[in-house]
Amino acid sequence: MKISHILKIFASVLILSVGSSAIADTLSDTKSRGHVRCGVSQGLPGFSNPDADGNWEGIDVDVCRAVSAAIFGDADKVEYFPVSAKERFTKLTAGEYDILSRNTTWTLSRDAKIGLTFNGVNFYDGQGFMVRKSLGVSSALELDGASVCVNTGTTTELNLADYFRANGMSYEPVVFEKADEVVAAYDAGRCDVHTTDKSGLAAQRTKTAQPDDHMVLPETISKEPLGPVTREGDEPWSDIVFWVLNALITADELGVSSSSVDSVKNDADATPEWKRILGVEGDTGAHLGLGKEWAYNAIKQVGNYGEMYERHVGMNTPLELARDGSPNAGWKNGGLLYAPPIR
Amino acid sequence: MNTNTNINIIKPPKEDLFKSGKFRSFLIQSIVMILVISFITWVVNNTATNMTANGIAHGFDFLWETSWFDIGYLPFIDHTGSSTYFNAFIVGILNTILVALLGIFFATILGFLIGIGRLSDNWLVSTFCGSYIEVIRNVPLLLQIFFWYHAVLRILPRAKNSLNIGDSFFLNLKGLFIPKPIPETGFNSVLLIGILSIIAIIITSIWAKRRQNLTGKQFPMFITSLLILIIPVFIISYLNDFPMFWEQPVLKGFNFKGGFRLIPELVALLLALSMYTAAFIAENVRSGILAISKGQREAAAAVGLTNSQILRLIVIPQAMRVIIPPLTSQYLNLTKNSSLAVAIAYPDLVHVFAGTALMQTGQAVEILAMTMSVYLTLSLLISLLMNWYNSAMALKDR
Repeated sequence: MKISHILKIFASVLILSVGSSAIADTLSDTKSRGHVRCGVSQGLPGFSNPDADGNWEGIDVDVCRAVSAAIFGDADKVEYFPVSAKERFTKLTAGEYDILSRNTTWTLSRDAKIGLTFNGVNFYDGQGFMVRKSLGVSSALELDGASVCVNTGTTTELNLADYFRANGMSYEPVVFEKADEVVAAYDAGRCDVHTTDKSGLAAQRTKTAQPDDHMVLPETISKEPLGPVTREGDEPWSDIVFWVLNALITADELGVSSSSVDSVKNDADATPEWKRILGVEGDTGAHLGLGKEWAYNAIKQVGNYGEMYERHVGMNTPLELARDGSPNAGWKNGGLLYAPPIR
Repeated sequence: MNTNTNINIIKPPKEDLFKSGKFRSFLIQSIVMILVISFITWVVNNTATNMTANGIAHGFDFLWETSWFDIGYLPFIDHTGSSTYFNAFIVGILNTILVALLGIFFATILGFLIGIGRLSDNWLVSTFCGSYIEVIRNVPLLLQIFFWYHAVLRILPRAKNSLNIGDSFFLNLKGLFIPKPIPETGFNSVLLIGILSIIAIIITSIWAKRRQNLTGKQFPMFITSLLILIIPVFIISYLNDFPMFWEQPVLKGFNFKGGFRLIPELVALLLALSMYTAAFIAENVRSGILAISKGQREAAAAVGLTNSQILRLIVIPQAMRVIIPPLTSQYLNLTKNSSLAVAIAYPDLVHVFAGTALMQTGQAVEILAMTMSVYLTLSLLISLLMNWYNSAMALKDR
């Protein structure tokens, strides 16, 4: 980053000083703009990654698509802003985009100190270590003295410091700004260890020259609840993001998918709960400033949480992350996903 | 017919405060300054108010909070997870100064060699130096940094297969490891003798210069100095059983422990920065040398000076007057360009403080302002030093 680059960031920060402190109304701004503005990663398979045609896809991208479907009835009205871990919060608070859905960990200091609101969790993750199989290491406790490649501006960097300190081990952090540079340096052999969230390790292992030469160590050293983030101070907008995500989780819990949602909607004998959620009876959308069919549109066009999961990170994807038995299963199946009631 | 009016104009004007040029410019300058200051105050104030309204922390208290992160390269002071952000700030400054000083050192040497080489009568040397300049200064620096970093990483072996030079020097992907001298008892007397020898050398050189001024006889200063330094130091070291212990780097687990270490990020950054800046310095040096009139060389040759003496005694000292001002801006460029370290994980100020610390605290305004003032201070310091050197070298009226 050159000095001119610093000046650029500084200028974008100064937007804060010029913008008025009047109460923001992101929903009506979004409606008049005609699309949702969504901050995503610079490419993390399964979470937010452009496909071969340049269309963004992933479990984080689907959150923004669902919000777009709930507001406009069309999941494709989203503009994506790929950002680095370092600049993601500054650009959100400066108003460059309105939802940050970028594998971002919910922590106290982020929530309370830098003007952010976290709106639920779309993926429960935990930090792990990847090493070369040829190293002959079977536990993270054998990593004393290792060089560790890590991404800057992440909770990963802090967990790493905590973990080695707690276990009385030394290490050399080699810190890069972009996830791709971390993988490249690890792959070249600059580091013995690559550390990030385990889902990220699964995704980035596929980016190494010889994926079979690498293994993820069994330890999970942190809790990483990842979820969509909005600016503090615009509760109605944060509510929309929170409840759209929870509509998808509810649909997963009750077994309603994108293919079955139409028949449930047209079924005169559907449960009162479903009539309420899908806007057949009553109008939950009005409380959120949305149309009657907000949840119907989101489920119809994006699918329920389970569909999202299997489509992007499940066993049939290169990431091969099993949902059963993981924290990302529904609460009835022993997982942590639990949506508050929509009523 | 016009004479009358002309006389009227020449009459001294009445003493009116507002018509006095001095007062008017003072007034205008004061108003502009007040406007600028109130604008800055307004921006700062409004920023703080808006940040409070948006629930964003501000102020400089974060500097004394625990940082919770580690830094990879600590040649000077320590930093652990329990150190403060302020400590990380200092570590960043020191690492930036390290790379800037080393870069300036190597760029100056390389730049002078290439610049003089470009003017060489030897076709091969001058063509080589010419193409070096044209290639290096026309490729973006960031690309060169990436090139060197990835070239370094591709070529070097893993730690277990290190290039081993006499079991003392090891070169691998994790850097260059060299033995570190550790003084033992008796080292102080060696140090004392060394200092005394240097004083003796200075006295001798003053005497030699005076003798040359009086009699014109030259004295073999270089050889004499070397002998004055080496012989007594060697004798006293021998008597004290060589009181210096070389701590050898040893492969332990994943990495070498002990000795000095140069990490590949620093090496790549230094290579790129000094080679890039050297190309510009070389052109400054060439312009400086060409600015010396041919007559100077011819006169020097006429009094019987050799080619190297002409360069060393006649051309370079005069050329320096032309070289130093542009050289200063190259030093400033190098220092500022060192912030590109962030691209390859060298923990300089921008990487550690305007990177990790900014991210973990979210206090972008304060941190970027601090970072910018550090670069400003460093640049002003370099300018100050170079201006002082310039006035020392400048032509003196005699």
